[in-house]
This record gives sequence, C-alpha cells and structure tokens, in this order.
Amino acid sequence: MVTSVQQPRGRTKVRPLSPTEGGGWVRALSFVALAVLWEFVIWAWAPRHLPHLTDIGQAFWTLATTPGPWSCHRDSNLFWTIVSESGLACNLGFTLFRAAAGFFSAMIIGSIIGIFLGRVKSLDRFFDGWVVLGLNLPALVVGILCYVWFGLTETALVIALAVNKVPLVAVMVREGSAAIQPELIQVAKAFRMSWFQTIRKVHLPQLYPYLMASSRAGLALIWKIVLVLEFIGQSNGVGFQFQIFFSNFEIENVLAYTFSFIAVVMLIETFIMRPLDRRATRWRL
Amino acid sequence: MSVLEVDIAKKVFPSADGGELVALSKLKFSVPTGQFTCILGPSGTGKTTLLNILSGLDINFEGAVSIDGKTPKEAPPLGYMFQSPRLMPWLTVLENVRVVAKDGARKEGRPEKLLEDMDLGGFLQTFPNRLSGGMQRRAALARAFVNQPPMLLLDEPFISLDTPVADRLRHLLLDLWRAHNATVVFVTHDLREAVQLADRILFMSPSPGRIVLDQTVGLTRPRISEGEDMENFRSGLLRDHPDILAGLDKEEDPVVATNQGRR
Repeated sequence: MVTSVQQPRGRTKVRPLSPTEGGGWVRALSFVALAVLWEFVIWAWAPRHLPHLTDIGQAFWTLATTPGPWSCHRDSNLFWTIVSESGLACNLGFTLFRAAAGFFSAMIIGSIIGIFLGRVKSLDRFFDGWVVLGLNLPALVVGILCYVWFGLTETALVIALAVNKVPLVAVMVREGSAAIQPELIQVAKAFRMSWFQTIRKVHLPQLYPYLMASSRAGLALIWKIVLVLEFIGQSNGVGFQFQIFFSNFEIENVLAYTFSFIAVVMLIETFIMRPLDRRATRWRL
Repeated sequence: MSVLEVDIAKKVFPSADGGELVALSKLKFSVPTGQFTCILGPSGTGKTTLLNILSGLDINFEGAVSIDGKTPKEAPPLGYMFQSPRLMPWLTVLENVRVVAKDGARKEGRPEKLLEDMDLGGFLQTFPNRLSGGMQRRAALARAFVNQPPMLLLDEPFISLDTPVADRLRHLLLDLWRAHNATVVFVTHDLREAVQLADRILFMSPSPGRIVLDQTVGLTRPRISEGEDMENFRSGLLRDHPDILAGLDKEEDPVVATNQGRR
C-alpha cells in the first residue's frame, strides 16, 4: 500500500530567490575583479596619487588603532571608552549619528507632509511650488545658510540634512498617499477598525514601497551631504577627517576612510534595508 | 420586531455636468430580526449605495435609517461582504479575518474556526494572491461573520463565479445564517439566486431606486438550485410582474473562470 505524505497546504516553504539574493559570491568576485583592475592601473601607469591596496590597508589599520579626537573621550561611558581607542570608529560614529538624526527627522517630517499632500488636493496645489523649490535648493547652500543662522553646531548640521531630504521624501510619499485604495479604507470603516489598526494594517502597507524608495534615495543623498557639511563646519566626523587629510595630501588615509564608510553603508543596506524590504514584500512572491 | 427600518427620502450624487444625479428616492422598507432579505434590481439602481448607507459608510442622504433603534454609526458593527473580496493582499488569510475580529472573537479562536468551516484551514498562512476567486470569497465570508454581527450586508458577493462554486458558497452562507441567526440583507441582480436564498425579495426600480415590489418567498428549505419549486416560483413572478422584471431575468451572472489566483 502506498501512502503519500502531503506537504501542509498553503505554506510556502521554498520560494524563488530574487535577483539580489543568493549572489553573494558573484558580488565578492566582482570586488576581487575591481581590486585587480585597481592594481593593474597602478602597474600600467603608476599614477602618483593612487596608492596600492596594501598601503590603504596599512593606513586603515593605523587609523583604526590610533585614539580618536578629544571629543571621543568620555570615560563615564563604556561605549565611548571603547570607541575612543579607535579614531576611525569614533569619527565614523559621529558621522553615522548625524546621518541617522537627519535621516529619521526627514523621514518623519517628509512622510507627514507627503501624506497630507497626497490626501488633500487643495494643500497639494498650494504647496507644490514649495516642494519644487525645496527639491532644487542646492544642498551646499542649505548647509551654509544653516551654519550661518544656527552656528557651527550639531543641530545646524542635522537641520541642514533634514531640509535637504524632506522635499524628496514628501514627493515620494505624496504619490503613495494618493494611490491608497479607498476600497480597503472602506473595509476598515465598515468593520470599525481602530484608527491605529487602520494606519498600521491598511495605510502603512500601501505606503511601504514609497517609504522604502524614499528611504533609499534619502540615505544616498544624506551620506553625500553629511560629509560635505562636516568638511565645512565640524571638528570631528569623517568629513572633518577628509579636510585634514586633504590639507596634508594623505590619499591613503582618505581612501581608508572612504572604504570604511562604504563598508558601513553596505552593511546597513544588507542587514537592515534588505531584510526589511523582504519582510514587507513577501506577500508579492 | 423590525431590526432594520429604512426611510430614505433622497440620495443624490453630483453629476459630471455639475447637476445632481438622484440615486435613491422614497425608498422605504423594514426587515424583521433573523430574516433573509434579498434586494433585487438591475445594475445601476443604487443597490450598493443603499448598502453603504445601511453600513454607515455613507451618511450623506435625506431620510433616516435605524438598526435596533440606533443610527448605523451608533449600532454595533455589521458584517459586510463587498462585491469583490477586498482582502488586504499583504495580510495572510488568517490575519485578514483576525484584523477585524474583536477581542472576544479572537480569544475564542473564532477566526480559525470559521476558516476551518470554510475549508480554508490549510490556507491560514497563505496570502490572498495565491487563492482562487472562490477561496478569496470564502475568506471574505468568514471575515463578515467573525464578530457574529446582528446583521449581515452582502453586495452581490458571488458575482463572476461559476455556478458550482457560487452554489457551494450560497450553501455555506445559509449554514452560517442559520447557525448565527443573523439578519441578512443580500443584494443581487440574479432572480434565481434571490429565490434560492431569500425569505423575502424586495424589487428595486431603475434609477432613482425605490422599492416597487415586496415579495415573500414561501418555499420550504433547503431549496434545490433550479429545482421544480423554485422554477415555478420564478416563472410565476415573471408572469405576474412582467413590467418590473423586464430585462432583469436576462441579466445572467457572467460565468468566468474561478481559479483566477495562483494556487
């Protein structure tokens, strides 16, 4: 007698890999190819200011094991005590903290503005010009103005980051807000779902692709701007270090910081953004 | 005792030319507790508008609606099954039912139980886009019943399904109706479906919609689809009220493939 064992119906155990998944080794190989190309350029043309990767690695090790600036020394806090032992970690920490502060402020403010603009047509018509103006404001101008108005402070830098990113978030979330399906809102109303449940289970999932797109676009923008703003107006952080290295023509150090910064950004993308994205869009698979 | 009292003087929508389009006019009826009432009328007579008013989704009308003496907004929430299933695609089948379930219903495990009764027990963690059209409607039916509402509103819920699937869903609905003793207001344009399901059929006129015939269906239950009793009753209605039913009986449910979603 043959007995067939069935899989529980409806439970999808295996799903196809998306193009970005399962390609870790391809990515690793491509980085190796880039490294080979880098060294080939040095071997072929011997440019004065393109150091060997080993020299960059050496610079990285030195920077990572050299104590940080005075602002890192906060003995009362274990985290800062550890971080202060590494200047590179300390400066990366400052930059990441500023980027995070600017990012979350801009996401919250931009999302609220975007939702209102998407839902209320008259508001959208009135403020559309402001949004276009905001989108076209040069980031450097905003930074300079914030430093002039609020001083060379952390607050000024975070405000400048947020002001640069808010219009972008608002525009993207506005599209999502306008595209929310009224039929599903009717379901929530008909079954008297609480406003909190309605926001969480009906509105947010529909806004999610737009929030993710604006997060990614916003992060890319903020990574770039935060360095410029640190370069011109701060006394620590990756941007500030670039200013020092630039003055001394220390290309190895510039590149060591650059690669560290890129590594952190990629870690955030790999371990935060992608898992979030996968979890929220699993229903589409 | 009537659970539902409807007296709508007028319901208008703004028309494209800036004027107003009268959707419902002088619409008056009542429904006693536990009755299965079908509202029958051709497309565009304002049937969905009427259900939206009864559910409290639409409050911009002239007149009054009371459910157990309260306005639809004040009355306990009703069960509503829309013309399309309207499941949230990002929630699993179980989550779709649980999200509207009140605390008591959740604690009792009613969402799981209802879905089991609907033969969806193996699909609790499945997303709606992997279900067939019929399965999605069963999930929507479970959602409508999960809070054991005193009244259930159904807006052509089995439209676009092929006959066997629609028939099975009708039987499920009747089972739930009997088990929960709910008052049902069921909108359809299919006379056969109305005769099969209803205790009473209210016929609506073309726009502006109002009740033009109130017909009790005295057939014994269970009623066999396209059985002799039902066919005789239907033919009698067509013969006795040709003006009211003209065009209605020709408007058959379009039959389309049921397995619209991926399995």
